Amino acid sequence: MKKIEIFDSFISSLDGISDDMTIMIGGFGGQGGQPTNLMLALKELNVKNITLVGNVAGLSMITGYGWIENDKQNAIDQNIFFQNNQVKKIICSFPVPSQRKPFSEIEKSWRNNETIVEIIPQGTLAEKIRAAGSGIPAFYTKTGVGTIVEENKETKIINGEKFILEYALSSDIGLINADHSDEFGNLVYLGTSRAFNPIMAAASKFTIAEVGKIISSRLIDSERIGTSGIYINRIVSKKNEIS
Amino acid sequence: MKFPEKLNKETIAYRASIELEENSYVNLGIGLPSLCAKYIDKKKNIKFQAENGVLGFDELSEKKVQNPNYMDAGGQFLSQKPGMSFFDSAESFSMIRAGYIDVTILGGMQVSKNGDLANWMIKDRGIGSIGGAMDLVSGAKKVIVTMEHITKENQYKILNNCNFPLTGKNCVDKIITDIAVIDVTNEGLVIKEIAPKWNFDMVQELTESKLLIKGEVENYKINSSNDGQ
Repeated sequence: MKKIEIFDSFISSLDGISDDMTIMIGGFGGQGGQPTNLMLALKELNVKNITLVGNVAGLSMITGYGWIENDKQNAIDQNIFFQNNQVKKIICSFPVPSQRKPFSEIEKSWRNNETIVEIIPQGTLAEKIRAAGSGIPAFYTKTGVGTIVEENKETKIINGEKFILEYALSSDIGLINADHSDEFGNLVYLGTSRAFNPIMAAASKFTIAEVGKIISSRLIDSERIGTSGIYINRIVSKKNEIS
Repeated sequence: MKFPEKLNKETIAYRASIELEENSYVNLGIGLPSLCAKYIDKKKNIKFQAENGVLGFDELSEKKVQNPNYMDAGGQFLSQKPGMSFFDSAESFSMIRAGYIDVTILGGMQVSKNGDLANWMIKDRGIGSIGGAMDLVSGAKKVIVTMEHITKENQYKILNNCNFPLTGKNCVDKIITDIAVIDVTNEGLVIKEIAPKWNFDMVQELTESKLLIKGEVENYKINSSNDGQ
């Protein structure tokens, strides 16, 4: 049985993460819902040869994508791990901006054959992650039929229409973000900041949630909980209001 | 052949916006398509969906009150309003794949005569971003592509066959460009509207695929408060 561990240090909350692991990074891309402090700590931890899973992975540092005007100069995204030569492979739906120059760190590293970039349609990526977190090993989808996404994959005609077999995608570690949590790891999200966070929490063997604050469960409306604490192993916040 | 001036992006966006029917659920792509929202008549009760998990937004927030928790998929920040709903990425694409989205308006690099769309990777680059486009073109009931009719290097964009990697096959219903409006039909590409000062031969000259005339060809519908130039 596990007990939720509570941390106030981001780097300490990553204890146990090692080289060669697969790590999911929540959010959509952009500032809202991104576990930014955990990402900075993962860079500091400097584990190597990792496989990253994310959605819009490398736009913000090039274009300011998804960062509010006042914070744009602090924008970070998955490019920080490429700058630091930590990544063996990245699985995502949106690795590069449409503009070609300057090349992002992801694109540079891909061009130098240092990193494998696997690009998956966003809905298929989400469903692969959802499947892993819900005990479904694979599923059929029409997304990508007739495109390079279909290459080397099993297909099946169902009711006269062609579908592609896609497999569940799980990870060793999930780094996610929520607005706040209680002491049991129940998470509350705001607006569009849930995105990939709930499904990555469920699809990861070990999930660490960065939250704006931790408050007593007595102060949280159970109806508003977006991710149940059952999926969470650690919560980390600079603001712990539990007395 | 010497060609007249082409229409601007705002005019393309306006033209696309009038395709949206009352009470429809609509997903707008990044860039030119996102401009369509500006021209929607509020009385039409159109509900915009964005892949990152929001339905029912209709305007962007002012710069000084931006909140990172309220964003569209293009990375623009939204005003909160009654009737909005939020969901995670898996559910967002469940509703897209299952056909709940009536219309998606997307940008295009290339469209073929049978409605194949290529819009995620320039062939020579070897790396690109698929995002939600493949899900949208296979799931939405109607797919409208808004784009410039030819590239800046004067290459065809409306082709017999796309030579860039495809986003979807036989998925485009309508192409709205800076010189024409074209329907993709089982018989081929049917020209419906032509921009001011342009004629059929000029549009054909800039289109690799053969354009068909079926019924009347109308004037390109232009917002009266915007002269389109």
